[in-house]
Amino acid sequence: MNAPASFEGAKRTGEGLPEKLVVIGNGMAGCRAVEEILARDPERFEITIFGAEPRVNYNRIMLSPVLAGEKSFDEIVINTQEWYDSNGISLISGDPVTYIDRANKTVVSALGRVEPYDRLLIATGSDPFIIPVPGKDLPGVVTFRDLDDVDKMLAAAEQGGDAVVIGGGLLGLEAAHGLSLRGMNVTVIHLMPTLMERQLDEAAGWLLKAELERRGQTILTGADTECLLEKQGPEGKCIAGVRLKDGREIPADIVVMAVGIRPSVTLAKASGLAVERGVVVDDHMVTSDPAILAVGECVQHRGSCYGLVAPLWDMCRSLADGLTGSPNGYEGSVTSTKLKVSGIDLFSAGDFSGSDGAEDIVMRDAARGIYKRVVVQENKVIGAVLYGDTADGNWYFDLLRKGDDISDIREALIFGQAFASGGALADPNAAVAALSDDAEICGCNGVSKGQVVACIDGGAHSLDAVRSTCKASASCGSCTGLVESLLAIRLGGEVESGPKTLCKCTSFTHDDVRRLILEKGLKSIPETMQELHWTTPEGCASCRPALNYYLLCAWPGEYVDDQKSRFVNERLHANIQKDGTYSVVPRMWGGLTTPNELRAIADAAEKYGARTVKVTGGQRIDLFGIHKEDLPAIWADLNAAGMVSGHAYGKALRTVKTCVGSEWCRFGTQDSTGLGVTIERMTWGSWMPHKFKIAVSGCPRNCAEATIKDFGVVCVDSGYELHIGGNGGIHVRATDLLCKVETEEQALEMCAAFIQLYREDAHYLERTAPWVERKGLEWIKGRLLGNPEEVRELAARFHISQKHSQVDPWAQRAGGERADLHQHIAEVRPLHLENVI
Amino acid sequence: MIGKWLDIGPVTQIEPGTARTLPVDGGEEIAVFRTMTGECHALVNKCPHKQGPLSQGIVHGNVVTCPLHNWNISLRTGEAIGDDQGCVPTIPLKVDGGRIFLLREAVVPSAASVLADKAA
Repeated sequence: MNAPASFEGAKRTGEGLPEKLVVIGNGMAGCRAVEEILARDPERFEITIFGAEPRVNYNRIMLSPVLAGEKSFDEIVINTQEWYDSNGISLISGDPVTYIDRANKTVVSALGRVEPYDRLLIATGSDPFIIPVPGKDLPGVVTFRDLDDVDKMLAAAEQGGDAVVIGGGLLGLEAAHGLSLRGMNVTVIHLMPTLMERQLDEAAGWLLKAELERRGQTILTGADTECLLEKQGPEGKCIAGVRLKDGREIPADIVVMAVGIRPSVTLAKASGLAVERGVVVDDHMVTSDPAILAVGECVQHRGSCYGLVAPLWDMCRSLADGLTGSPNGYEGSVTSTKLKVSGIDLFSAGDFSGSDGAEDIVMRDAARGIYKRVVVQENKVIGAVLYGDTADGNWYFDLLRKGDDISDIREALIFGQAFASGGALADPNAAVAALSDDAEICGCNGVSKGQVVACIDGGAHSLDAVRSTCKASASCGSCTGLVESLLAIRLGGEVESGPKTLCKCTSFTHDDVRRLILEKGLKSIPETMQELHWTTPEGCASCRPALNYYLLCAWPGEYVDDQKSRFVNERLHANIQKDGTYSVVPRMWGGLTTPNELRAIADAAEKYGARTVKVTGGQRIDLFGIHKEDLPAIWADLNAAGMVSGHAYGKALRTVKTCVGSEWCRFGTQDSTGLGVTIERMTWGSWMPHKFKIAVSGCPRNCAEATIKDFGVVCVDSGYELHIGGNGGIHVRATDLLCKVETEEQALEMCAAFIQLYREDAHYLERTAPWVERKGLEWIKGRLLGNPEEVRELAARFHISQKHSQVDPWAQRAGGERADLHQHIAEVRPLHLENVI
Repeated sequence: MIGKWLDIGPVTQIEPGTARTLPVDGGEEIAVFRTMTGECHALVNKCPHKQGPLSQGIVHGNVVTCPLHNWNISLRTGEAIGDDQGCVPTIPLKVDGGRIFLLREAVVPSAASVLADKAA
């Protein structure tokens, strides 16, 4: 039969004998395809199935429950030997096909068996991806693909000990869960910052991580495997552990590689079929050879490869329709995911990566550990991520697949099907109005609807007024929406807007966020966003840097700075200029320098092509026009001459400016220049809500302009006047006199205490001048004067924080840290063809 | 010899939530982004507003905020979001086998090109 295959098979064209159908692959796709064909026309084909595994067909996705001990192998068998027998199917298991002879239409197996075919179905599935690291072939390194892998894991689990799972995706987490239930001490290593990042966003990934950690697993995200370590076991070399690129080593008695799968295409490729990522098929699952079809994870359809089970069912239906003469093309699948880890409810479907014009509707309930996000575009649901409460997952998935217009239920969509379909209740205000007076609004503070209404009627006409009067919504904030509804119901349009929220991602103010970070012990950006009910999945360019600073300030030495949440200047430790180059300012303590330093600066300026060299207002030298790739090198040169980062780029201590001082000036008092240097040595490197400038003048003539600085010292014969809250800028503000002290030690302690008070209280991007005006000078004096204990404590906290921040970032980068931030990923050059030929 | 796609190296070279730069001799520098969810996008590294280097902006979702004047640019379309008007060219990109490929003709419109000086 050399004629190209058509959808009309041999039997129908009257040649008598059934066509021979050979299926390569005894997995879920191959067998399902056969089932679908048999259901349509049991007489049409004489069927032979080749399987690489020495067993009947089973439900591969149920291997996780087998590993976890929740099911036995018998329970996951789909087709028993009787099924093959009664349908006249020859099953050749444990003998994979190794060659397809397309010219003669035969396949050859590993054991040399030759089988002719009229139609061939390739269902070879996928292979686990093995990361190419040293040690990947050691005994004790397994994948998670078939029953043999599960047996190996169970054997290891019987011995107990340490298991490492590389890969925090669906498969890896299910393997980790099983091994953990089997009593092993499990560590999951995941390259990305978020678990299951293909299915989850940062917020849901964080919740999942927290829950798995609570269950005793160690989850390392952002962890890149360098190599697998070996040891001498009783039967030769075996796995000993995993070393990460950052140097950490994790011991392991078994390592499970579950980083992903790749379509298994070796056979198809060797036979000359069109293969890209997968075996290319048309809408009827026919490959580039009309006699050969392909189905399942090994195929590529309209550019997509699938690794989930639902698309496979759709493909098998289309394939069987086509083969039995009633073609209905396959149009691709929309997929959804659930994690098979008992006790964890997690659902994900569609597109939630934030397309254009897509809008996020987010609901978080910190107390119940719930995160729901529905993505809507042009009045249609295009994606959903649910954690903690997945009851409505199927409803959202249904809306998504059907492309239903949801404009009528949009307001209530996030509350789920019951609420959204509830007629009048679809209006959240109406729903709240329908609540009884004794219904609880605020669970944290036990405030009922009646009490909130009474409070509003009593004159609390803003969210903030309600919070301060009856405490509703003043703690975790999850009832903010309810309180706002009540305000709208009672006052109509008369609701007074409260203080400005931190940004549009939250209903909390800066003060609320700072307080709650401390009260709730929030220690990371995703955790803060979850607990404080952020309405966006990843925040924005306003709140990310603010949260990063607040966390850094709250947990010195503990919080790990999130470079992604830093403005470019603080990420690259230089000031970006309008042409995209940077300016570099080395630190000159108290504005003092030396011929040696100046020589090094001059050399660096020439070597790195600084187009402008400028003296700054803060008594430093600024080199302009440096490219980001050259920054580590220029810093290395400046470091070599003894200079460190000047932090001219940061919301940080910038400079301590001094005057000529008593050593030379005929009016000078005290050692003002020396004090300036000492203050700068004490305060450099500290991160602040905004930039922070200090000056020390040696006499009231005030040549260092100390009275327009954030903190200014004016030396007088009898001691030191300490000034606060000044700045130049758009709104010039002269300082307020805070106090006068007698000794240098007192001046230094008050300086540290004032800075720490500002660091702990001010809003991000609020300089001391507006902060002092907002809080009032009396409030600040109340905290710092006549209160030596508090001054000591504030100063002590500042010094603790400084212990962790006085590390020269230039030296770190010059030493090779975070080279990726400076180097190009590659360079593209025109090709001179004569060089290639 | 000269393929349609230009291989610029493994995706792991870009930390999720950041971007890296690809200078093009005789063409516009390209910013290659990887979002927190692992999506990759390539854009000309110039904000449509005042040509700020988008590669250095803060990435949130599928949006980058330009470091110069805080314009928000969609990584998918290159268009400014919100009240601002403007668009930066995007470069077709695909990820295959863990590596990033850019459409060669979109990188260098004129002639064939090679990749040189791979960064560490």
